[in-house]
Amino acid sequence: MARSLKSALLSLLLLAVFVGAWHLATLPKETARSAADEEYAKLMGQGAKKVSGLPTPARMGETIVRQLSDPFYYRGPNDMGIGVQLAHSLARVGTGYLLACLFAIPLGFLVGMSPLLHGALNPFIQVLKPISPLAWMPLALYTIKDSSVSGVFVIFICSVWPMLINTAYGVSAVRREWLNVAKTLEVRPLRKAFAVILPAAAPTIVTGMRISIGIAWLVIVAAEMLVGGTGIGYFVWNEWNNLNLTNVVFAILVIGVVGMLLDFAIGALQRRVTYVE
Amino acid sequence: MSAFLQVQRLAKRYPAPGGGLTTVFENVSFEIGKGEFVCLVGHSGCGKTTILNVLAGLDAASEGVVIMDGREVVGPSLERGVVFQSHALLPWLSALGNVAFAVRSRWPQWSRAEVRAHSRRYLEMVGLAASEHKTPAQLSGGMKQRVGIARAFAIEPKMLLLDEPFGALDALTRGVIQEELLQICARTHQTVFMITHDVDEAILLSDKILLMSNGPAAIVAEVVENTISRPRDRHTIHHDPQYYRIRNHLVDFLIHRSQQYASAGAARPTRPPVVRPGLDAGPIAKSANVVNLRH
Repeated sequence: MARSLKSALLSLLLLAVFVGAWHLATLPKETARSAADEEYAKLMGQGAKKVSGLPTPARMGETIVRQLSDPFYYRGPNDMGIGVQLAHSLARVGTGYLLACLFAIPLGFLVGMSPLLHGALNPFIQVLKPISPLAWMPLALYTIKDSSVSGVFVIFICSVWPMLINTAYGVSAVRREWLNVAKTLEVRPLRKAFAVILPAAAPTIVTGMRISIGIAWLVIVAAEMLVGGTGIGYFVWNEWNNLNLTNVVFAILVIGVVGMLLDFAIGALQRRVTYVE
Repeated sequence: MSAFLQVQRLAKRYPAPGGGLTTVFENVSFEIGKGEFVCLVGHSGCGKTTILNVLAGLDAASEGVVIMDGREVVGPSLERGVVFQSHALLPWLSALGNVAFAVRSRWPQWSRAEVRAHSRRYLEMVGLAASEHKTPAQLSGGMKQRVGIARAFAIEPKMLLLDEPFGALDALTRGVIQEELLQICARTHQTVFMITHDVDEAILLSDKILLMSNGPAAIVAEVVENTISRPRDRHTIHHDPQYYRIRNHLVDFLIHRSQQYASAGAARPTRPPVVRPGLDAGPIAKSANVVNLRH
């Protein structure tokens, strides 16, 4: 049997064990009660069985099917389909991330080409890089005055650093002999940048892009919990306030799957630009 | 008329740690005629590659000038094709793509089809027509170096500079590519400057062999004229009576005499003497001619 098939089977087995354990853990429990308790429970219209706050796998499955069968409904700002929420989050991440690409990759190129610029900008980068993107939030809200745009800004600021640093490194580490080839062929600067340096540095640049998209997807959830209104992060917080843990767990799953898909997308790009020396 | 390439009193010096200057080589002067194949032979560390880089325009000398075809060499130019020691192919391009990259640099106004056809012709010349779509990683060491040679020839430079192009190849592959290079040069009358430390390779390929003394402060100590007539054949050249005279002369130089030039009081010619050990009368002349030269 092929190893990948074995791995897949083992994955399924692990999933089954997990779901089984989950099922057992959330089974309704019989508890010993006094007669007074019995009376009280009847008074409250409850049966003898106590239901756990955590969803059972069956209820979870039911929720997944219900949510996915109608992902794009809109019944007021407090009740939107998961697809609508995701679309809001992806739009923010997409905009912030794209702006970060447009800013970081050209700047990284310049920093990588010029040791002078690298020396001048490095202290700023080193100080700004470790700042939690959410720490920018108050400043963003105050200056931008729009919560949704502030979310985009936070995505921008957290995506910028890995791309900037990786692009600068990739560009500065282009093999000297390839540059010498370009020199002896009298290749013009613009052509050298696009035909030699860019493809040579592309694997490093895309690695930076991959790190960035991961961070952006981590940060958007927290950012949307803060700014509220729309998005998957807001959805999680809203369902917590509704005490609907089933929906919270569902949202967690969706966040994971979408994050994985985003990583796959950049991973595919990475495979396209990677070369073997 | 002056020679096609003139190198005059070239020197390279670096600031030494603790003040002063370290001289890698100095007083390097030689000439290469049009269509000549010249090899530079010497031990590692004597600055051979630096000299080649200066000729290519990739490095600047501390002193001296290089004049090619009546014009001073000040930077890299498409008039000089370079084959790098480590082949230096762009790994994300195919074999054809690598050659085409050079061709497009040389003739930017050409159409795609013209560039392709021209590049193909040079890949065929080195016997790689069937591998044009392979990337460098899919090619063997010998094939990679062939692509490098095709790339350098394809821009039809006035002069070709080869930096130990076969150093990393096994002996069999090396022999085959040497043969190819010999034939291509005979056909195109290409002017070539090549670095090697393989004595047999130098005798097979070159018209003139420049011998460099050991560094630091290396000099071109001698110019050996290769008097074995062309065409030369790798399989029969060692039967030529001149072959071992020249070979012994070169090996003697590399083993014994290359280090003597550094000692104080040694004669350090600014114009290296031209010797023709192949024409020395008698059986293998050992180093008698050398003694004669000194006095």
